[in-house]
Amino acid sequence: MTLTLENITKTMGGETHIDDVSMTLEPGSFNVLLGRTLAGKTTLMRIMAGLEPPTTGRILVDNVDVTGQAVQKRNVAMVYQQFINYPSMNVFDNIASPLKLQGVDKSEIEKRVRSTAELMHIEHLLDRLPQELSGGQQQRTAMARAMVKDCKLLLLDEPLVNLDYKLREELREEIPNLLAERDTIVVYATTEPMEALLLGGKCAVMHEGRMTQFGPTTEVYHNPAWVETGLIFSDPPINLVEADVRDGAIFMKSGHQVPLTGHLANLANGNYTLGIRANHLSVDPTGDNTIAMQGQVELAEITGSETFVHVHFNDVSWVIQEEGVHNPRLGEATQFYVDPTRLFAFDASGQLVAAPPVEISNGKAA
Amino acid sequence: MNKITNNKAWFLVLPVFFIVAISAIIPLMTVVNYSVQDIFDPQTRFFVGTEWFEQVLADRRLHDALIRQIVYTMSVLFIEVPLGIAVALTLPRNGWGVSASMVLLALPLLIPWNVVGTIWQIFGRADIGLGGYVINLMGIDYNYAQNPMDAWLTVLVMDVWHWTSLIVLLCYAGLRSIPDAYYQAAKIDGASRWAVFRFIQLPKMQSVLVIGVLLRFMDSFMIYTEPFVLTGGGPGNATTFLSQFLTRMAVGQFDLGPAAAFSLVYFLIILLVCWVFYTVVMNAGKQGEQ
Repeated sequence: MTLTLENITKTMGGETHIDDVSMTLEPGSFNVLLGRTLAGKTTLMRIMAGLEPPTTGRILVDNVDVTGQAVQKRNVAMVYQQFINYPSMNVFDNIASPLKLQGVDKSEIEKRVRSTAELMHIEHLLDRLPQELSGGQQQRTAMARAMVKDCKLLLLDEPLVNLDYKLREELREEIPNLLAERDTIVVYATTEPMEALLLGGKCAVMHEGRMTQFGPTTEVYHNPAWVETGLIFSDPPINLVEADVRDGAIFMKSGHQVPLTGHLANLANGNYTLGIRANHLSVDPTGDNTIAMQGQVELAEITGSETFVHVHFNDVSWVIQEEGVHNPRLGEATQFYVDPTRLFAFDASGQLVAAPPVEISNGKAA
Repeated sequence: MNKITNNKAWFLVLPVFFIVAISAIIPLMTVVNYSVQDIFDPQTRFFVGTEWFEQVLADRRLHDALIRQIVYTMSVLFIEVPLGIAVALTLPRNGWGVSASMVLLALPLLIPWNVVGTIWQIFGRADIGLGGYVINLMGIDYNYAQNPMDAWLTVLVMDVWHWTSLIVLLCYAGLRSIPDAYYQAAKIDGASRWAVFRFIQLPKMQSVLVIGVLLRFMDSFMIYTEPFVLTGGGPGNATTFLSQFLTRMAVGQFDLGPAAAFSLVYFLIILLVCWVFYTVVMNAGKQGEQ
C-alpha cells in the first residue's frame, strides 16, 4: 500500500505539535523519521497509525481517505521505546495475540509464531514470561508481535533507545534485513543521525513539528536543505559561522578568508552561514588549501578511538572530530584547519545554496 | 574456616533485637506462659500442658464463631475486591475529578472504627435512623437489634462502606502506573475492553491487589469494634466473631488460660492463611497460566 499524508496539522491545547506535514510513503519502503526529542515524531506516527486523528489534513491509503478510520481497521503494528508485552502471557502467547484476535486458526498461528520467533532469535524463549527476559529479549518479543501479523504499516518508535550499546548495534543491523523482503511500509523514528545513516532508506527530518526535508537518507545527509536539517543530521551538530561574500572572497565573522572556488564559486555577494561537519576539521593540515584557524580548547571528549575537541574563538564554539586519542590542555590556544572544499553555504534565510560534492573514496562516501 | 567473622557486628543488631523483644516476643511469651498453666494467684499455679488447647479446640461455641468469622471475611473480600477494582476502573484519569474523587474516597478511611460503628448504629435504627427508617418505609422489615441476619448484614455493609476505598485507592495507584503505550498497543492489536482488563490491567494490578487482599483479610478477620458498638455481638451470637468471643472469654469470664491458648490458635490461623495466600499468588505470577 501507499500511505499519503496531506497537509497534516495537529494542535493540542493551543500548541502546534505537527505543522503542515505532507509526505508519501511508497510500498515496501524503509523510512526514517529523524528529529530531536519533542520534534513531533511520535505524534506523527500516532497519526499515521490512526491512534489520533489529525486536527486538519487527510491520510490516504492507496488514494482512499482513511482519516477518521479506527486503528483496529488499519492493519498497522507499532513497537515502542518501552518494551510493551502482555505481562501475564508467555512469549508464545504474546507473539500469537494479534493473530488470535484476527481469528487465524491454530496450526497457522503455531507456524507463524515459530518462524517469526526464529527470525528474531527468541525461539528458545517461547515459554518464558516477559519479566523473565532481558531488555533485548523483551524488545525482540515486542518486535516479533508487531511483525507476525503481516501488517501493511510498521511503526518503530525509537525501538532501540532503551537497549544497551551492543544489542542496539546488533538489532540495528538486523532490522533492515528482516524487513527487506516485505512490502510493508516501515517508519522508524530516531534521534541519532548515525542510526539514520546505518538504516538507510529514506529519511524525513523533523524540526519543531515541521518536516524540513524528505528524501533518500544519504542525499539528505549530503545536501541538508536547511541549516536546521544540518544541525539535526550531524553528530556532533554541524559547526556554523556567519560570513559575508564580497570582493570575490568569503569573509568569515571570525576574520578568516576563504576563496570563492570549487562548489562555492557561484555564491553571489551577501550574508551567508557557513557550515562544516566536525569530521572535516582537523588539528593537522590535511591538504594544501586548508585554512588555518586558532581557538581555545574548551573541552576534549575521548570516546576511545576518537577525540572530540571543543574549541572557542570569536564567540563561536566548534567541535573538531579527530581520529585517535589526543590530550590537548584545556584553555590552551590551538591551531586547527578547515578544508574549504567541505564547506556548506546557507543563505540568510537558512536555505542551502552550496554543498560540497559527494566524495567517493575507497567506495565509501565521505 | 576461611570466612572472616566479625563478632562485633552483632552489637549493631542488638537495638533491633531489643525493640522487637519488648514489642513482640516478650508479650507473646507471656501469652504462651498463660496458655500452658492454670494460674490462681502468683503463688498458686499448675502446669497443665496442652489441656487448655484441647478444651478450646473442642469448644462448640468457638467452632460457630470461627465459621461465622470465615463466612464474614470471605463475604468482605468477595464484595470489596471486585467492587474496589470496578470503582478504580471508572475513576477519571486526569482533571479536577481526580482530586475530588480522591478526597471523597479517602474520607471513610479517616473515620475511627468506633465512630463508624456509632454512625451506622444510629443510621440503621428503624425509629430515628435515616437508613433504617427508609428501609422499613419500603416495606422491608429491618431491625438489626432483633433480627440476626439484619445485624450480620449491617456489619458487612459497614465494613464495605468503610474499607472498599482502600482497595480502590490501591488499584487506582496500580492502574496509574501502566504506561499509555500498553493501551495503544492493545488498541492496535484490536483487543477488546475485557482483554485489556484481563491481560494488561489485572496483571499490572497484581502486586497492589495482593497487599489489598492481605490487609483486608487480616483486618476483617480481627474485626471487633463495629459489632461491639452495634449490638455487642448479638442478637444472640449473630455477630459474635472470633475477637468478640476471645474478649468475652478473657475479660468477661477471666478464663485467662483458655483465652491465651485461643489467642495463639487465632494468631496461627491468620499467619497460616496469609502465608498460603501470598505463596500461592506469587507462584501463580511466576508460572503464568499455560
